[in-house]
Formats: sequence, structure tokens, C-alpha cells
Amino acid sequence: MRQMRKNQSGTISAVTAGGKLGRRIRDMGLIPGARILIRGRAPLKDPLAVRVTTFTLMLRNNEADFIDVEVD
Amino acid sequence: MTATIALTGNPNAGKTTLFNFLTGARQHVGNYPGVTVERKEGTYCDDERVFHIVDLPGIYSLTAYSMEEVVARNYLVHEKPAVVIDIVDASNLERNLYLTLQLLEMDLPVCIALNMMDVAKTRGIQIDVEKLSKRLGAPVVPMVARHGAGKREVMVEAEKLASLAVPQPGLKISYGPDVDETLDELNDVIIENGFLADTYPSLWVALKYLESDEQVMAAGSKANPSLHETLKKKVHRLSEHLKKTLDTYPEAVIADYRYGYVKSVCSKGAVTLDHQNDRIYVSDRIDQVVTNRFAGPVIMAAVIWALYYFTFAVSEIPVSWLETLFGWTGELATSWLPQGVLRSLIISGVIDGVGGVLGFVPLIMLMFFGISILEDSGYLARIAFMLDRVFRIFGLHGNSVMAFIVSGGIAGGCAVPGVMATRTLKSKRERLATLLTVPFMNCGAKLPVFALLVGAFFSTKKALFMFIITLLAWAVALLVARLFRSTIIRGVSEPFVMELPPYRIPSFRGLTIHTWERTWQYIKKAGTIVLSISILLWAMMSFPGLPDSETDRFNHMRKQVLEDHQTKVNQGPDMLKASSGSLKSALRVVDAAEAEAALKHSLAGRIGTALESISRWAGFDWRTNIALVGGFAAKEVIVSTMGTAYSLGDIDPENSEALSGKLANASNWRPLNALSLIIFVMFYAPCFVATVCISREAGSWKWGVFSMGFNTLFAFLLATLLFQAGSALGF
Repeated sequence: MRQMRKNQSGTISAVTAGGKLGRRIRDMGLIPGARILIRGRAPLKDPLAVRVTTFTLMLRNNEADFIDVEVD
Repeated sequence: MTATIALTGNPNAGKTTLFNFLTGARQHVGNYPGVTVERKEGTYCDDERVFHIVDLPGIYSLTAYSMEEVVARNYLVHEKPAVVIDIVDASNLERNLYLTLQLLEMDLPVCIALNMMDVAKTRGIQIDVEKLSKRLGAPVVPMVARHGAGKREVMVEAEKLASLAVPQPGLKISYGPDVDETLDELNDVIIENGFLADTYPSLWVALKYLESDEQVMAAGSKANPSLHETLKKKVHRLSEHLKKTLDTYPEAVIADYRYGYVKSVCSKGAVTLDHQNDRIYVSDRIDQVVTNRFAGPVIMAAVIWALYYFTFAVSEIPVSWLETLFGWTGELATSWLPQGVLRSLIISGVIDGVGGVLGFVPLIMLMFFGISILEDSGYLARIAFMLDRVFRIFGLHGNSVMAFIVSGGIAGGCAVPGVMATRTLKSKRERLATLLTVPFMNCGAKLPVFALLVGAFFSTKKALFMFIITLLAWAVALLVARLFRSTIIRGVSEPFVMELPPYRIPSFRGLTIHTWERTWQYIKKAGTIVLSISILLWAMMSFPGLPDSETDRFNHMRKQVLEDHQTKVNQGPDMLKASSGSLKSALRVVDAAEAEAALKHSLAGRIGTALESISRWAGFDWRTNIALVGGFAAKEVIVSTMGTAYSLGDIDPENSEALSGKLANASNWRPLNALSLIIFVMFYAPCFVATVCISREAGSWKWGVFSMGFNTLFAFLLATLLFQAGSALGF
């Protein structure tokens, strides 16, 4: 997900984080099959804002690393 | 006895709005024991029913990872509320139902309040309430909490649910063949042995073992160690199998199936979309400007400055009223009470103490009001978004900025509301590191000390000095935070992933309730402690009193002055006028000398004198030491105590030219001493009110004591280094 650019969309293919971070990512609705759209990045390029169907999340680049996305 | 209803739901789903609507002003805020999560309770009543309502913290899931989740879960398990009202954001249904599902898995009597139906409608989301209710096996009530619509209907459903003789059966969903098989196995073993049966439903225990839930497993290993091991082995076997075949974890599979279940509940006519949902919402459009690379930081700086200005400029008015009131009460006490210990106790101990506590109230109210606006409108999350990259370097969180600013990041703040502003931080370590470093900022009470010293020694460079002092405070606070995060509060930062909530207009009602409850909590809890400490400090600075021989000496001096006056007056009537003036000032000199002697004789004075052998390393004499001891109570006291110690009598901190002149001409004061003192005052122990607040916010007295000890040592070290290096270089 880190490599994606603003306004790119895609479908999450895998979440490779385990433990606390993995659980948190899943609890927030970032699961395989979810449609996402990169809404943009903070002024300092990190974190990034992601639209997941009906809501928007922000996550740090090093957290986005654990999320694989099939880009449209 | 009235039945209890617990409110639960995702953050931003409108839980607090509903709570405020249900309970009105009949609520109070406390803390869950040992943690800093707020516990809000209230009473609902209409013409037919009365319920006790508990507002649980907003959560996304029922794991045991965050404080909020643990608190909510423990409450649901141990206090067994009659009904759980789950507030679900209809415009955001799938993710919200993920929590609902977990509540149903716990066999809880759940009533779903389907909130924000109006938002869902404008987004073209149609929801078939009956279908949803049937599929979830729980009542569903549509509502718009912002307008109070549907609140009565929710309570009617809740009452029905509470009166059910037979609890509704919990939801059993499939987690796929692999997990289901192990789950059933575990469940059988758990039922057979009555494992944890008095606290949790058996299937839920099995599920939590599969999710390797720390809290449930700890309880299990305590209750029955051998069975705990058996269960763990079975779970381990499944984990191995899943790792090999699907390269995943049991808890990930469970989460996937939960989401799958939610999807199937919402499909086939229960939820329909009128049009494609890829349209841009209003919030997105606002964000294009507000979090823009260039405009974003500028707007943020303006908003933060506005909050600061609002808090401190507006509060000046009520603070000055309070000062007048307490000044007047003090005068009243002076004229009514006979001179002596009691009068001194009432004025310097009690009235000043109460005044000290209440003086912060307008500040705290305005700070909470301002921050609530930022929080409820959704802007606070944008601040975290923009600043996270900077604060993360120091092991802090983007939201730490509010606490630093309020504490004096813009010189002149106050650490007390600053410490309380850390409540917006949800991650534990980042919050503690922020709590412990905000007192380094230059609060309004330190400024008179700087003004005094800069005025005495560097009067040509005032503006430059204030600028350097502000930068230095930021640098030191952030670096010390970094130090803490890699030593005493070490540990990886909490996952950052959080919601960027849609912008909303905050409701005035919610803001005022929020503000008042927190302010009242401060008055109640901090007030009593601060008052007793204030009295203690008064005693330290007044006892032991001067021995009789000394008092006699000063009385004798006064008599001498009066006699001199008398002889002059007797010389002729034209001498009367000239002599009256000098008589007054001569008497004042004696009073001031007596006050100085009394202060030196008191416990605080003795401590100050005893410390001189150490404090001279940093260039402080005993007079400064006494003032610094007084500064533990409140930094405002430093200047006035120094005035007394330099026998100038009572000094107004805002108007300290006399003292400034005295210091500039004193033989033992060089500019280097002043610099060293500035550094020390900047960083040494927070005042008592701030210390009390730190202890309360950190959940333990340990941290308050640590803050006092560490900061004082740290400040002394810096001041000593500066003074010794400066002396060696010949300054």
C-alpha cells in the first residue's frame, strides 16, 4: 500500500501483520477483499489517508507496508 | 432497584450524543479504578421508566489490547448490565456491525440503536430494519441521536429486552471448517470441566483461546493450569496447520469470517445502495484544503494559536474577578481576625490555597471547551495526521501538540490544563511521555521570574531572550521525551491506525456538559489535595517562629524609631510633616527586616540555608533557595518570596523593579547566576497543582513523585553545568 499514489484505488489482497498491529488493522476494517482508495498523504508524506468503502482511516507508512493491495 | 443499561459502540458513532440526550444533566464522570479511562454514568427517566445508564468507552472490537476495550469488556462481563445498547452508525454499517457481532457472540442482551439514519439516507443507503433485526437476532431501532429522534423507542425496546425471562440465545457463526472443528473441541472440554464457567460463556472462552487473548488466557491459567495447557496445545496445533496450509493465523481467519458474516447479513435486500458510492463527500472536499501540503500547516498554526488565545485571553476576565474576590476576602479576614497565627493561617494558607485552586478553573473550563470543539468537529484528528511525522521522532503522538501548546509552548500557558489536555491521547506510552514533559514548557507563572532576571541583567535583549527561552523549552521537552521513551517508558509505539472522522458541527449542549463535568472533577479531586498542601507549605514558611529575644529586638527597634520621631516632633511643629514620611518608611524597613529574619528562621528558611552548600554549585544563595522551595507550591511565589528574603517586604510579581535593581547591584549576583537560575526555574519540579494532576492523569502517585524528583535533579544538573562552565570561562 505504501507505494500507491494519491487517488489510486485497489483491493486489499493480504494483511501480513500479526499480533497487536495485525489485529488493530483488521478491527478497523482493513481486511482482504476490502476496496480502498488512497485519499492523500500528510504534508510530511507520512501518514497516509485511506478511504475504505464508507469511512476514512489514517495509517503510518510502516504500517501500510503490511498491507498488500491489488491496484486497479 | 433500577436496571442498568450499558451504552457501547464505535467511536464517532454518536454514543456520547445519545448518552447526553438520555441523561441530560443527570450524569457524573469518574474514572475506572487504576486506569485513566473515563467512566460516565447517569439516569434516564420518562413518565413510565427509569434506568441507570453507563456510557462505556468507544471501541472498535472486543480484544484485550487497548485500555478502552479491556474496560468495556470487563464491565460487560463482570457487572452484567440488564441490556446493552449498541450504537451503530448506519452510514458506516459494515464496520460497526463487526463490534455488534462480537457482543452477540458474548451472549449479551443487545439492542441495536441504528444511528445517523439521516446521513445514511443522504448517502443513498437504504436499510431494511426488520430484515437486519431478524438476521442478527436482536432488536434494531432506527434513530437520529443528534435530534433526539428515536430515543424513546430505543428505551422501550431496551425495557422489553430487560424483562425477558429467558435470555435470548447468543449468535453462533461459522469460522470455516478448520477453526470450527477446533472450536467445538475446545468448547466440549470447557463445558465438561466447568472451566471459567462462573464468569464467561464457554464458547466465548474457546473463541478467545483461539484468538490468543492475553486476559482470558491469564485467567484460565490461574483457574486451572493443566486444562489451560491442554487448550493451548490444541490451539497450537490449529495454528501450525493454518500456517502451513493458508499462511495465516487463527485470529485472522476468525476476523475474516466475522466480516464475511456481516457482509451476508447486509446483503440480499437488508442494505441497498441507490447509487455508486465513489462520490466525494463534503469532508473530503474540506480536507483537500485543510490538509493540503501548503495551506494545511498554515491553517493548523492559526487554529492552534486561536485556541491558545481563546483559553488565556478570555480567561483573564474571570481570573481577575476571582483575584478581586479573594483579595477582598483576605482584607475582610485581616480586619476581622486578631493578628497572629490564626490570621496568617486563614489568609496565607486557606484563602491563598483555595484561590490557587479556583484560579485555574476558568483556564481549565476554556481549555476543555476549546479542545472539545476541535475534537467533536473532527479537526483534532487532522492535527494528529499532519504532525504525527514530527512527534513520532520523539516517541510521541501527533496529538501531543495540544498539551505542549496549552502548557506554555507559546510562552505564558499553564501546565495544569496542559496535563489534562493529554486525555485526548489514547496510546498509553505516548501519553505518559507527554504528561511528564509538558511541565518543561514556560507557563505564565515562570514568566515573572524571567522578567525579573532578564530585566536586571540583560535588559537590552528582552525579546531575544524570550524567543530563546521558548525554543529551549521545546527542545528540552522533546529530547527528554525521547529519552523517556527509550528508557523508563520504553516499548514500541501503539499502532497508529485511526479513523479520520467526517467533519461535524459540535453541539453546544455536548460541549457544555463535557466541559462542566471535567472541570467539576478537577475542583473536587485536585482541590482538596492542593488545599492541604498549601497549608503545609504555609506552615513550613511560618514555623518555627522567631524566638522571643528576636521579636523583642525588632520591637525595640520600632520603639527606637518612634522615640526618634517623637524627639524630632518635639523640636518644632514644622518638623512634623517631614518626619511622618520618614517614620513610615523607617517602620517599613524594620518590618521587612523582621520578615526576612522570620523567613530565614522558618523550616523553609532552614532548608534553604542548609542547601546552600550544594546549591552554590549552580550559583544560588540561601535567599534564592527559599524562593525556590516556595516555588514548589506555585511558581508565582518565587518572586514574592525573594522579595521577602531580600527584605523588601511584600513584592508584586508584576512590578518588581525594586528587587530587580537590588539584584543588579548585589555583589554576589553576576549575569551568569541569573542565567543559571532561569534554566533551573524552567525545568525544576512542576508546581504542586500540576504534580497532583500528573499523578491523577497517570493513574499513580509514583509518577507525580518521579516528576518532582527527576525534574529537580535534571534542572540542577543543567544549571550546575552552565554555571561551572561559565565560571571556568570567566563570565
